[in-house]
Amino acid sequence: MAHGILRELADSSAEALRAFGRYALFAGRLAAETPRALLRFRLVIEQVHNAGAQSLVIIMLSGLFVGMVLGLQGFDLLERFGSEESLGSAVALGLLKELGPVVTALLFAGRAGTALASELGLMRATDQLSAIEMMAVDPVRRVVLPRFLGGVIAMPLLAAIFSMIGLFGGQLVGVQLMGVDQGQFWSQMRGAVEFGDVMEGVLKSAVFGVACSLVAVYEGYHSVPTAEGVGRATTRTVVISSVSVLLLDYMLTAVML
Amino acid sequence: MRQTRAIELGTGLFVLLGFAALFFLITQITSREFGLGEGGYRLTASFDQVGGLKPGAPVSMSGVNIGRVESIAYDFDEYRARVVLRIEPSYDRIPEDSDASILTAGLLGGQYVGVGPGASETFFKDGDRIQFTQSAIVLENLISKFLFSKAAEQQPAEGSAQEAQP
Repeated sequence: MAHGILRELADSSAEALRAFGRYALFAGRLAAETPRALLRFRLVIEQVHNAGAQSLVIIMLSGLFVGMVLGLQGFDLLERFGSEESLGSAVALGLLKELGPVVTALLFAGRAGTALASELGLMRATDQLSAIEMMAVDPVRRVVLPRFLGGVIAMPLLAAIFSMIGLFGGQLVGVQLMGVDQGQFWSQMRGAVEFGDVMEGVLKSAVFGVACSLVAVYEGYHSVPTAEGVGRATTRTVVISSVSVLLLDYMLTAVML
Repeated sequence: MRQTRAIELGTGLFVLLGFAALFFLITQITSREFGLGEGGYRLTASFDQVGGLKPGAPVSMSGVNIGRVESIAYDFDEYRARVVLRIEPSYDRIPEDSDASILTAGLLGGQYVGVGPGASETFFKDGDRIQFTQSAIVLENLISKFLFSKAAEQQPAEGSAQEAQP
């Protein structure tokens, strides 16, 4: 009995390790092909459009509401200490360092990651990838890589837009609704936020962009070529990207704090 | 053709918006002051105790920011802390007998260097040294000084009381 459980545990951990290794190998392959893919930049631009420009509305809307909630909650909390003027710096630091990159990455996984995974999965299921291979074209280079790079480029820009819109949302609630002084709001923010804080957010969102795009293209490319397999690949994309974003966020924060 | 044009337009707009957002975040929200660190002139001042003063802390005169602390190092010739201040070029008429003191902003705020103007007709130049300095106040020293003075006040009183006893 105990023996059986131990064996199962060993098997599943070996399988998890193998999956991790497959991911690493796939990432290495993508990295090795990247310089060549950058020469055909038109394909990448198309994917920046798919992953970035198409996600713009949801990102901006979410950013506005997240910023507004931060303004409301921050005001309520800071008012107890009689320091509502610090609302600007609280909202700005919260957005730049944490909420901007993380929420954008989660939305990105839900909006662009699933689209990528199901597209690639359907290509696999309908033998389009095999057809490309038969024409002596490497499907990783021609199909997968531009999608990956598109996501990597789009993600930091989306996070920056998210943070900016969120700031205006926070300002809307804090200054217009709650009556924090506008000058104090911005000057306190400027006093507290440093260049490194902005860069921390940019670095985080770049890492999340790589992680989310990698998971999406890996799961889509390696999906089981059936209707069920494509569905499962899409689900796995969201689950794995979300968990890895939150895990990476903790690790990056611990390193950079 | 029409399709690719729409894609290009959308992508261009998105990328432009993204970089504009990034530029906005960097320039409008951070406290980075461009140009500082290059221009201006340096003054040095030695302190017995710099407390929690950090490089980058403001230097102010009557509350107006006139520069920043560039570096803090220990000087083994004097056995004191040597602080280099970088003053913005527009503030070039600081009297030569001005004093520098390390002060605290607010009750729990960061420390900064306050410059009080002297009365001299000649002004500081690059590389000059501020002669009159006042160190940071260390709270522990202040408390212990206070306690010792209290104890000193009480001791003679007790002594006289004891003498009067027999």
